[in-house]
Amino acid sequence: MQMFTQPHFLGLEGLTKDELLFLLDTAESFREISEREVKKVPTLRGKTVINLFYESSTRTRTSFEIAAKRLSADAVNITAAASSVTKGETLLDTTRNLIAMRPAAIVIRHPSSGAPHFVARLVDCPVINAGDGTHEHPTQALLDMHTIRERKGKIAGLTVAIVGDILHSRVARSNVLALTTLGATVRLVGPRTLLPPECRTFGAELYTDLRAGLAGADVVMALRLQQERQARNFFPSVEEYARRFCLTPAALAEAKPDVLIMHPGPMNRGIEIDSRVADGPYSVILDQVTNGVAVRMAILFLLTTRGKAVREEE
Amino acid sequence: MERQGGLFLFGDTMSSTSTRVVLDREAIRRALTRIAHEILEKNHGADNLALVGIHTRGVDLAQRLVAKIAEDEGVRLPSGEIDITLYRDDAGIKRTRAEVRGTNILFDVEEMRIVLVDDVFFTGRTIRAAMDALIDFGRPRSIQLAVLVDRGHRELPIRPDYVGKNVPTARTEHVHVRLVERDGVDEVVIG
Repeated sequence: MQMFTQPHFLGLEGLTKDELLFLLDTAESFREISEREVKKVPTLRGKTVINLFYESSTRTRTSFEIAAKRLSADAVNITAAASSVTKGETLLDTTRNLIAMRPAAIVIRHPSSGAPHFVARLVDCPVINAGDGTHEHPTQALLDMHTIRERKGKIAGLTVAIVGDILHSRVARSNVLALTTLGATVRLVGPRTLLPPECRTFGAELYTDLRAGLAGADVVMALRLQQERQARNFFPSVEEYARRFCLTPAALAEAKPDVLIMHPGPMNRGIEIDSRVADGPYSVILDQVTNGVAVRMAILFLLTTRGKAVREEE
Repeated sequence: MERQGGLFLFGDTMSSTSTRVVLDREAIRRALTRIAHEILEKNHGADNLALVGIHTRGVDLAQRLVAKIAEDEGVRLPSGEIDITLYRDDAGIKRTRAEVRGTNILFDVEEMRIVLVDDVFFTGRTIRAAMDALIDFGRPRSIQLAVLVDRGHRELPIRPDYVGKNVPTARTEHVHVRLVERDGVDEVVIG
């Protein structure tokens, strides 16, 4: 049977189809815990999970915190704005101090690609990437896969259109890796300036026309227009971007009738997604959030019990 | 519990000289029939009664008991399944299989008489974990325990209410319960 034996969860790059499916199956069995009256299992009792967030986040940080707490771990949140980072402490020093506190796992989000990998080399506990720069956001892609599989029953053979700011999107990168590994056809849709041609090497098709990109799609993922990373004028104005790439009911008429609408959040309503679409009957945006907790419980569980996972015997 | 079904044997050698069958197909059938009757007798019928199987083979045994009770009493008892992986007390002590198979209890456990069903009763630690898991779903009126084999060596003050067969074993021996549902054959083997 396929197991997940990596010491850290830094990205989806290099994971096999079987490993991804094992992670999704494990996440599936954690979903039920969040439906219980008592939403807690004692698995990580007495263990500490540190959430180290150098970028703002509502969903991901809360989701990791809830996941840790539902496994009975003590979750500690460190946000850069309210920490010694503002006093000039380096990531290296922060990490050394965290090690001294003996955490069972460290969850890190950082604006620099590769920061979680740097931390992982220093510590002797599992490190989970909660988004690093423009590199990867592996738990987001897993919860997206989980949501698609839950609604469509499969991933292989589906056509998934990812629309928006591909260039800056770690969500897109992790999703392309997961989707292509699991056998879906991936289309990346956006203005040419936000659509790096290297994306073809991942096996994705590139579209600069929204309607052409949506034609016949089973799943449409809107990405947030990352206005904080638009310093170099990738398009003339937000208004023009919205005119060409906003997911409106009219544009979605091109997709399959049972299309799923996804968004990793936070949404810029009226820029990359129309409210009628975001709140419409095909939207699974809030299911994504619910599934996020199950996926993160599964990852925390697998990483913290790793190495003991060989055979079962009492 | 001993979970040494075929699935987990990997490269284990099962030399024919040291294995013995302690229950065959007929013996398992008779034991389950008796347990079904004892459950009904002790609880004065099927009212507020439910069966919960412990993964993996306890789930199969619970389903068989549900079927037998349905035959005799004409009532199909509510049933569920429990996975104790997340409740184990030996993380970091013993090597455990980090595979979560899911807990599924769709009825309200409040005020129910619940019979936990497992294949082998050994140290009692699985049952302790299963009781913790069950109580997270509510406060049952009572929890009882039915097992196909009691092999001895318990480490906790827990004892089964219904036993298919008491089988004295050495601590180092393995008890293999094989069921048609999963293993293609009904037998209990010590080896």
